Amino acid sequence: MIRIDIEKRLKTYEGKQVLKIAGQFERGSITKVYGPSGAGKTTLLKIIAGFIQPEKGNITVEGLTWLDTSSKISFPPQKRMAGFVFQDYALFPNMTVLQHLEYATKDNNWIKRLLAIGKLETLTTHKPEYLSGGQQQRLAILRALATKPKLLLMDEPFSALDPEMKAELIRELQSIFKELGTTVFIVSHNPLEIEGLANGEINIH
Amino acid sequence: MDLNPIWLTLKLAGITTVLLLAIGLPVAWWLSKGRSIFKVILEAIITMPLVLPPSVLGFYLLLAFSPQHGIGKWLQQSFDVQFVFSFQGLVLASVIYSMPFMLGPIKSALQQLPASLSQASYSLGKTKWQTFIHVLLPNIKPSLLTAIVLTFAHTLGEFGVVLMIGGNIPNVTRVASIAVYDSVEQMDYSTANAYSLILFSITFILVISVFIFNKYRLKSPLE
Repeated sequence: MIRIDIEKRLKTYEGKQVLKIAGQFERGSITKVYGPSGAGKTTLLKIIAGFIQPEKGNITVEGLTWLDTSSKISFPPQKRMAGFVFQDYALFPNMTVLQHLEYATKDNNWIKRLLAIGKLETLTTHKPEYLSGGQQQRLAILRALATKPKLLLMDEPFSALDPEMKAELIRELQSIFKELGTTVFIVSHNPLEIEGLANGEINIH
Repeated sequence: MDLNPIWLTLKLAGITTVLLLAIGLPVAWWLSKGRSIFKVILEAIITMPLVLPPSVLGFYLLLAFSPQHGIGKWLQQSFDVQFVFSFQGLVLASVIYSMPFMLGPIKSALQQLPASLSQASYSLGKTKWQTFIHVLLPNIKPSLLTAIVLTFAHTLGEFGVVLMIGGNIPNVTRVASIAVYDSVEQMDYSTANAYSLILFSITFILVISVFIFNKYRLKSPLE
């Protein structure tokens, strides 16, 4: 069970506004996060991951307090180890496909399986600049899964994939999420894109 | 021709570059993250040697480390270390004088890396140190090389600051730029020319190497 209750002031084109999110999410649930641009979807994920601090709030994951602003508790991102798929992929330009996964895990069998899921087995020695947008996005997803995270935060994770690849990857991901018991939050500007995958939602206005 | 000034210059430039690399990497990393009034002031102080006449810097270092009073006296009495008219003094002055050449390119390169690179590494459970070594540092290689070469080349060409704090002691503080000046003073233009040509050649080879290396990485050579 994940409990989130946070408040964060945002600066937008329309002036200042407050991002307020509260909710409980079952272990293994998949929640889509949607809303207009600038509403704070990415900010919410970054607060959960520990990259951004909210002014007020608390986050509890499986009974463990990750964040409690009233008692000044805030686990660093390294301790939270939430898998994160960045909108800009955030791939490491100096590392090959294989090195990305080896940097995250020493489990070679798991790496092999991830490469197969992402259909990147033949591209293991390629650096990001030599991958297509879709391949880069798949690598970003695989890297986030490499640590077998209990919580996965995905920011527009399928935007560069063609419909066929997207459908196939989503099927594989569903099976992995079930196997690992991963709780997932997926940001999408297009809620229809992940229809059938998510079983809950957060609408940020 | 006495080659000692050349060896002394190369030794000074080498030691200064290594020391500045050790100091510059963590300081540039720290400066690249966020802004505070303290960081702004520190950056301004570090940048001062770029615009300050070298003789002014040398004069203040001479005053500060004079064994007659203040820090200089304390250092001499407590540790038997003397910075004025010694090789250590040249190293200290060079480290201060060349600091902006090391820090500038590294800090700028680190600031240009997207924050999401570090965040991605942290989300994999990696420490700040692991992230710096495995992710940040390898991705600023061209700028790092530029910083190293500029620092080395700049130290080769120091004159005013080393003359003020080091004087002109053969085999101790008489570096190549001082030897050029000294030779000209004595109307020995051929020796001055020989020293100048060696300094010019070394500096040119270093700078052209950086330009060629960075050209293949599609980056501005001075980034």
